[in-house]
This record gives sequence, structure tokens and C-alpha cells, in this order.
Amino acid sequence: MKKSNIQNVSISMVLLKGRTLIALIVIILVFSMISPGFLSAKSLILVTKHSAITTIIALGMTLVIISGGIDLSVGSIIGLTAMISGGLIYKGIIFGEYTVFLSIPLIIILSLFVGIVIGFLNGWLISYMKVPAFIATLGTMYVARGAALLRSGGETFPNLSGKSELGNTGFELLGAGTFLNIPYSIWIMVLLIFLAIYVTKKTPLGWHIFAVGGNERAAKLSGIEIRKTKIFVYIFSGVCASIVGLIVASQLVAAHPATGETWEMNAIAAAVLGGTSMSGGVGTIGGTVIGGFIIGVLNDGMVMMGISSFWQMVIKGMVIVIAVITDMSQRKLQAKMALAQQVKD
Amino acid sequence: MSDKILLKARQVLKQYPGTRALDCVDFNTYEGKVNVLIGENGAGKSTLMKICAGVEQATSGKFYINDQLVSLKNTKEAQAHGIGIIYQELNLFPELNVAQNIFMAKEEMKNGMLNNKYHHLEATKIMNKLEHAIDSNTLVKNLRVGQQQIVEIAKTMIQDNLKILIMDEPTSSLSNSEVEILFRLIDELKSQGISIIYISHRLEEIMKIGDYVTVLRDGKVIEEEKVQSIDVPWIVRKMVGKGTKQTYIDHDKIIGDIIFETHDLSLGKLGGGYLVDHVNLNVKAGEVLGLYGLMGAGRTELIESIMGLHPEVDGAISINGKKIIPRNNKQQIANGLGHIPEDRQGEGLIQTMSIEKNITLSILEKLYRWLRIDTKKEKDYVKNIVSKLYIKVGDHKNSIMSLSGGNQQKVVIGKWMLTKPKVLFMDEPTRGIDVGAKEDVFKIMNELSKEGIGIIFVGSDLKEVISVSDRIIVMSNGAVTGTFSNNEVTEQLLVDSSYAGH
Repeated sequence: MKKSNIQNVSISMVLLKGRTLIALIVIILVFSMISPGFLSAKSLILVTKHSAITTIIALGMTLVIISGGIDLSVGSIIGLTAMISGGLIYKGIIFGEYTVFLSIPLIIILSLFVGIVIGFLNGWLISYMKVPAFIATLGTMYVARGAALLRSGGETFPNLSGKSELGNTGFELLGAGTFLNIPYSIWIMVLLIFLAIYVTKKTPLGWHIFAVGGNERAAKLSGIEIRKTKIFVYIFSGVCASIVGLIVASQLVAAHPATGETWEMNAIAAAVLGGTSMSGGVGTIGGTVIGGFIIGVLNDGMVMMGISSFWQMVIKGMVIVIAVITDMSQRKLQAKMALAQQVKD
Repeated sequence: MSDKILLKARQVLKQYPGTRALDCVDFNTYEGKVNVLIGENGAGKSTLMKICAGVEQATSGKFYINDQLVSLKNTKEAQAHGIGIIYQELNLFPELNVAQNIFMAKEEMKNGMLNNKYHHLEATKIMNKLEHAIDSNTLVKNLRVGQQQIVEIAKTMIQDNLKILIMDEPTSSLSNSEVEILFRLIDELKSQGISIIYISHRLEEIMKIGDYVTVLRDGKVIEEEKVQSIDVPWIVRKMVGKGTKQTYIDHDKIIGDIIFETHDLSLGKLGGGYLVDHVNLNVKAGEVLGLYGLMGAGRTELIESIMGLHPEVDGAISINGKKIIPRNNKQQIANGLGHIPEDRQGEGLIQTMSIEKNITLSILEKLYRWLRIDTKKEKDYVKNIVSKLYIKVGDHKNSIMSLSGGNQQKVVIGKWMLTKPKVLFMDEPTRGIDVGAKEDVFKIMNELSKEGIGIIFVGSDLKEVISVSDRIIVMSNGAVTGTFSNNEVTEQLLVDSSYAGH
């Protein structure tokens, strides 16, 4: 009697632990039954391409949340990066009567500095000026969005194809190019996933991020440099957002200042769906990737099914809340099992 | 004894996981008297008082008021029986004003609204009676700590059926003149027939205002006596107990040269004075230096200053003769200092991480070779520490929270052993851990000192400090008030020095 009880508990434990992956598989199965084309290679690549956008920013967001913070500015960084890169291609840099056009690789590198600079600013505000992360990144969110709008006076930069006589063609390759029939954006996501896993699992910095989020005071007393660690996670998050900004501008071959609005919420949702604890110290990159795909698959699947975008929001919100409730019950169950073990010992 | 017993506690037992805080305690509270409860830290005084006030429940035991069996299941029941308590820690709302704090959860209503006029009137009356005419509109955060303590006392005064008032170290944050006011108030309460239960570490105070004294040791009542018939040495004797004098000191070990010194180390206090007052001390290689003092004597602040956690510190330290001004925690660790903090949960452990990572946290950067953490070496280190420190674990990857308090403490010690310190500061390393683990910690200290590490051991338990330290320094009010070698030290000497300057 008792043994079967324990077995039941361990089975439900496995189910609970793998619940996000199971949920993702269930969602994919449901959509493929409703619309048979869903499981085709072409459609799957498209869904992955869409999911990559959320997943990439969610990677940075995960590190930030593990460190005990939050980054609300990523959506605006996406918009500002798009506008900076778009402006450099479309308008160039004006020096009096001369206009200088840069090559695409140089533009890409310069645009990434948007994420580095705003990320550094976030980290500096939070760790040196002791501004709460929510407020600091809320501030930079508005500033960066305003800067994006100011860059063009609110207009879109259309046609970022460049001109061959100016030597700045080829920007659309980033969004449209493929390697082994798979779009570059997916390869970029895969690279960043490996980078994030490497950082969190194989470097002291990664463990320091967990330690800072788990107990900042204890981490400090252990000789961990809190400020450096925090500045790193916000720069990482900013760079992830800038990469997404470039990808999106390239995919559309246009830059709009409203690009990325509210995407920070998708990133937070993906991280939380993947089991990242908002109180810090707990989370995995693998979980976040699954979370990012759940958001992506839900979006695309519901669009394919013709569900109205209003209902899409309702369903997305419910999925997030249900995920957190199961997360809580897993922790309770784990604590219960640990206690039972201690009593037995 | 002709005095009437108001509250009788009989055979009170309180069991916590792993420890028995109270063991069949009989406690009497005499009507209209000051009943002093005394004992060392962890003797069970606060636990007993929390049970009397209904904050915690006894595992078993009975309570009688006027010989009638009463139940004290929660604070409401205790209040209904006329029991009020002033806690050791302040329980105030800093952003609310004096009147709001005094009437919190006891608000008077008028026409369905708060009767603030009444609140302010009554609050002013009470504060005047307490000789602190503070405007009742003042926010509590703007008061001095001593004034806040008076507000805390005022809160219990509005309980109109007050029969028993528990005061858990009420004078710890009061100035001398405020203590005088408190004592006058106690006299007044006594004359109204209210019984006081008074906890304090300040022995002179007890002699001055106490009527009856009950000594607790290790969760047991040792003695109850009238204050008139005892003296301070009697209290110390009863508090500490005779017992066999156990020693962990290894007299064969070689104590080397001075490896660590502080030079006029001072840390200012907000609003004047010093938390650490021009401290000069030294530790020799292989020596265990005990650091004794009362709560708030400045021991923790001294160690934090040495570790570079208070960059505003004045003075300097030297390690192996090299002078350093402690400004940066990481730098001090690199200089060869290790620090086991007082608050294990708040400052020692990362609760969300594994046992293994809690041990290697401070040396991960040293394990980083060829772009990755050397996990093989890491495992060897962890294995070595676990066996050397007798840590009882299943899987090293388990959560740190799966361990008992004693084993958690050993993990914290293990973390610092890996940094290979020259000097190790251990701030109350035995607090809240069971006897077996305590013994292990002392054994570990001994072994480390034999390897030539200088150890500074902060303790609040007289017997413990005496039994492990080669030399003992006593601090009081931030300053060093006594230095004793192990063969000349007595408990009385330590107690006397720890009250110096009070």
C-alpha cells in the first residue's frame, strides 16, 4: 500500500518535471490534428523561425531573472536597434554636405552596440545606483522607445536593400538567407542557446549569477562581485534583444520604430513557462527554450486555426497562470517528499 | 514565601525538530512582583515567554492563572487573560505614526470610522505618563531607537486588563536616563498589582529591580530564589553550571608568530559614537582566539570591518606584517582571510543551490581552466571536504536545504577551507546546531589551528568560549575590555569585562 503510494508520487513527479515539454508536445499534436499541414517540414521551420524571435530574447531574460532582476527594456532595444541599423542603411551618416554609407557587417556591429550600451546602463543603474531593476529598465524602456521614434520622426525606414553603388546591399540576407535549408535566424538561435548553456553551466560567472539571485548577501560574503555579475546579465540581455532587432528589420527589409513593443512580456512569459523563478536563483536555459516554443507554437497554431487575436490573448494569459500554478504544486510536492525522506531517515 | 502566585506554568515542554528547547519547566509568576528570568543565549527564556504570550504553543504542559487552568493557544487568548509582551526585537510600523502604532489592531471606532481624536488623546496621555512627550503624529521611523522602545512599551499600556507584562530585554537599546524612566514605570505597575516578567542579560539591573529570579539552563529550570538572598556571582554560577570542565584545547600544538593584527580599527555609529572603538588585537599562527561579548558588543561589526564589508572603516589591519586598509571583501579573501558569518541562512548559504556548489562557490574562478570549470577537480575537492568535516550527505548534488543545521554549517566551513585562509573568522559557528555537530565544529577548529591557521572564534556561550580558546578577548560597547589567557580566565572575569562601560 505504502509502496504504491510512493510509486504514484514518483510518477506524478516525472510528469510534473517534464510538464512543459509534455505541454509543448500536446499543443503540437492538437494543432496537427486540427490542421494537418502543421507537421510539414516547411510549416515546422516557419514556426521555429517565429519561435526563435521570442526564444532569443527569453535567453537573456532568463539570465536576468535568475540573477534576481527583470529587464523590461528589451522590446525597446529591439525597436531602437532596428531603427539605428535601418537609418544607417537608408539615410547613412550625414557630415555637413557629405553622406557616408557604411558596409553591412559594420552596420551590424554598430547596431549591436545599442544592446551593449543600454544593457550596461541598466546594469549600472541597478548595481551602482541601487535603482530597483523594475524601475531602471522601465525607464530605459521609455527612453529607448522614444529614441527609436526620434530617429525617424516616427516614420518607417522602407526598403533596406541598399544600393550596389553605395556598397551597402545584402542586409536582407540575415533574415532571408538559409544554410542547409534552414534560415539563419534559427542558426543564430541555436548558437545563442549553446552560448547561454555554456555560460550558465560551465563558467564561474554562470554559477555566480545563480548565487547572486539565490542569496545576494551570501554571494557577496563569498567574494563574488555582485556588480560585475549584474552588469553582465543586462548586457547579455541587451545584445540578445539587439540581435532580434536586426533579424526582424532584415526579415521585413524595413525598420519601424514600434518594432518589439510588448515583446518583453513574451520573453518573461517564456522564461516563467520554462520554470524560471521570478524570485531569482532558479531556472534553466532548456526550460526557457521550451517556453519560447510554447509561445511561438501557440501563436502560429491559433493563427492557422483562425482564432481571433483577442481570444489568443486570453488563452496565452491562461496558459501562463496555469504553468505557474503547476510550478508551485511541484515545489510543494518536492518539499513534502524531502520531508518524508527525513522522517524515514 | 507568602507572595501570591498569579501565573503558574507546570511541566512545560517544547520540542523543535532536533532540539528540546524547554524540558519540563515549572515557572512561577508572583503577583505584583518583578519576576526575573535569566539564562544564557539559547537557554529557552524567549521560547518560554513566547509560549506564555500565545505566540508559540507548548508541545505539552499546563498553565494556571489564579489556580485556574487556562489555555494560551494564541495571542488573543493570552491577551484576554491579561498577558502582554514587549518583544526583544521592535515590532513597530516605521511608516505609521506613534498613535497608529499604539492602537494597531486595537482601534476605537466612532460612527463606523476610526476615532483618531481619541487615539491621539490617549496616545499623548500614555506617552506623557512614560515621560516622553512625543507628538503622537510623529512617524515612528523618525524616533530614536530608545524612543521606539518606549512606544513599544506604550502599546502594552492600553491593554486595560493587563495583569502580567513580559519584558524581553527591554533595556538593550535604552540610554541610562531612559532605563531610569522604565524602572520608575515598573515600580508604578507593581504598585497597581501588575506582575512583570523581566528578561535581561544585565546582572546589575536584575539585582536592582528584581524580586524573584528563576535561572534557566539548557531548557531546564535550575533554581528559583528571592533576589534579596542572592548576589551576582550566584547568578553566574547557576547560569553557567559547574559540570566537568571540558576542554578542546590541544596543549601540544605549536603556536607560532603573530600573523594577523588590527591597528586602531574603528567604525563610527550613525548619530555619534562607535560600533567598533579603536580595536587593537592580534592572532598568532595556530592560535584560537576567543571573542566574547554581549549581544551588540560590536563583535560582528569588528569582523565585518576586517573583511572589508564596511569600506568607511578607520584604521588598518596587517597580515603577516603587511599593512592593509580593509576596503574590499573580495580583496580581503584573496589576502587570506576567511569569514563564517553569524547568520547561516541569511549570509552563509545559497539556499537555491546544491551542496557541492555551496562548497566550491568561492573557488570556482580558480577551477576555471581552458574555458570550463574543472568538474573532476571540483568533485575531488567536495569529496575531500565532506569526509574531512564529517558531513553526512547522500548525493553532493542534492539541495543544501536537505541537510540539518549542523551539516549546513559544516558546508559553510568547508567553503572557507577551500580558499586556504591564513586567518579564519568564525562568528558564532555553533549557534542553533545540535550537540554532536558542535563537537565536530570544535574538532575541526582544532585541526585547522594545528595546520597553522589563526582562528578567531566569536562565542556567546561562556563555557564554549573557555573550552576552545587559547586566549580570550572580551568586547563591550565596541571596545576591547579584557584579554585573558586560557589558564587565568574564569567565567566571572569574562562576565565582568563584558559589562564594562555599561
